[in-house]
Amino acid sequence: MDFNIFLIQSLNALQYGLLLFLIASGLTLIFGIMNVINLAHGSFYMIGAYMAFGLAPLIESTFGGGFFMTMLAGIALAVVLGYLLEWAFFSYLYDRDHLQQVLMTYGLILIFEEIRSLLIGDDVHGVQIPAFLSGAIPLGDLMTYPIYRLFISAVCIALAIAMYVVLNRTRLGMMIRAGSTNREMVQSLGINITMLYRVVFAAGVAIAAFAGMVAAPVSSVYPGMGNSVLIICFVVVVIGGIGSIKGALVAALLIGIVDTFGKVVFPQAAGVLVYLLMAIILLWKPNGLFKAG
Amino acid sequence: MEDKSKFVFVAAIFLALALYPLMAGSYGIDLITKIMIYAILVLGLELLVGTTGLVCFGQAAFFGIGAYAAVIFSPQYDSPSIIWLLPLCILAAALYALFVGALSLRTKGVYFIMVTLAFAQMAYYIVHDTPIGGGTDGIYLYVKPVLGSLIDLDKSLVLYGFTLACLILTFGFLGLLLRSRFGRALAGIKTNEQRMRATGFSTYPYKLAAFVISGGIAGLAGFLFAVKDGFVNPEMMSWHLSGALLVMIILGGLGSLRGALIGAFAFALLQEFFKSDAIFGGFAKYWHLGLGATIIISVALLPRGLIGVPALFRGKLTGTRGSPDIDGKGA
Repeated sequence: MDFNIFLIQSLNALQYGLLLFLIASGLTLIFGIMNVINLAHGSFYMIGAYMAFGLAPLIESTFGGGFFMTMLAGIALAVVLGYLLEWAFFSYLYDRDHLQQVLMTYGLILIFEEIRSLLIGDDVHGVQIPAFLSGAIPLGDLMTYPIYRLFISAVCIALAIAMYVVLNRTRLGMMIRAGSTNREMVQSLGINITMLYRVVFAAGVAIAAFAGMVAAPVSSVYPGMGNSVLIICFVVVVIGGIGSIKGALVAALLIGIVDTFGKVVFPQAAGVLVYLLMAIILLWKPNGLFKAG
Repeated sequence: MEDKSKFVFVAAIFLALALYPLMAGSYGIDLITKIMIYAILVLGLELLVGTTGLVCFGQAAFFGIGAYAAVIFSPQYDSPSIIWLLPLCILAAALYALFVGALSLRTKGVYFIMVTLAFAQMAYYIVHDTPIGGGTDGIYLYVKPVLGSLIDLDKSLVLYGFTLACLILTFGFLGLLLRSRFGRALAGIKTNEQRMRATGFSTYPYKLAAFVISGGIAGLAGFLFAVKDGFVNPEMMSWHLSGALLVMIILGGLGSLRGALIGAFAFALLQEFFKSDAIFGGFAKYWHLGLGATIIISVALLPRGLIGVPALFRGKLTGTRGSPDIDGKGA
């Protein structure tokens, strides 16, 4: 493998890993803090991607376009959706058994997929890369690397830092972390934990939807895209240790590297490698790499 | 009294299944055969999830291995005999279960779920990406297995009867197993593994044995499915099936074989119901919507699954909230 190809693959691995981290971080928050197994998390990613596809023409006709305008509208809608879902469904699941949560969120997946099919249909659609990010930078003499992929990586890194700061350096983050340790105690200290959880859930949904929107121009939008990302996100969460943002980041990058280079070096066995990695890590550390708390 | 009504209920189901071919067309026979195969799978999974409290998210792999074994070990132009082919399929699935169980039982809870998923996905990608099992296209089973001149599984009615017999045997076998010392030990592990260890049970071999038995039953189901469809493909091992099986168990109600049986039938029949053109017309295309809504409503209203419905009604009549013993088991 010559150096330029290696560089390109490394950038791809980084971009894929960071995107995985973005989706999985919401999952690990909801899982680690609220103790809810949310199978519908992949659907939020799918919803985000379809919003990037569906909202862009709408925004264009009303506000005269704008990539960031579409993003903002999408995030706002995702927050509202997350807030409503938590209120209507998930708030009833906290006291229930994990398997009941699995069942209900499975039902939600079916409904989201079918609503998607009703509204947009079952075709594969491409999403345009915004003009100002559409170029490519040269690498060496012959190869280039698309700017948009670098943009994805940059956005993911920025969000990862923001999440770290909010969780570890702010009062809100302190309350969230405390809530995951002892819900009743936090409540009796006068903090509205119900509202806090609703906010965390809405944030998790918004982050996943945002990841979908950012990824849409690269991955295009297609039926079942949420399910394909769901399992790999659970792999990230579990390898990293449930509830650990740092663990999710490390695990996502690890999977990005293994998957990307696996496809280049052993194309026959690329699918197996990620799961092999997970099995080895969990047999070595049965609670994931960085167990929270 | 309670036990008697349970027995009558199960006997009625099996009797209805035995009489069903008298009035059904070929579509119905095929459908019910398929549901019975799923019921066998779900019963096997119930031993892990409901009885022992081990949530296995990789059951599809054992199912798929049983199915692939049925096709791969069959001679190409000759009818294989059930006598050696069926045990071989069960053995193949059980061996993989032994391997997976031995490793994954070192982990607990959600991590166990994910490790079993990982091993199932490995099996999936191995058949999917390598030529061993015909790759993504799968392979065909041209000649169906027979047992002398007595049983020829090529005939759909014979296969129906054979599947029903397997279902009843599986149900009976698991019923006896749960009543045995072994089954009690598994239930004890579910309630409190620490305490079981403290009373002198080495829990690991018990869990591993349950895992292997469950895998073997999945292998039996896989054999039946390969014979029914006459071909196998990697999708049989995908996590979607493992997930659907868990949904069936939870829908039916955890902790009892009847619940597993009800769950398998309820899930498959609901699917048929929402897919039917006769009832929903053009809207039948969007059958996931109805199925999803039904599942959500059942979670909201029936925390113990469909098996809890009679208790719920009894509670309404007598003014008590169901029998407390089911709550005591945890879920």
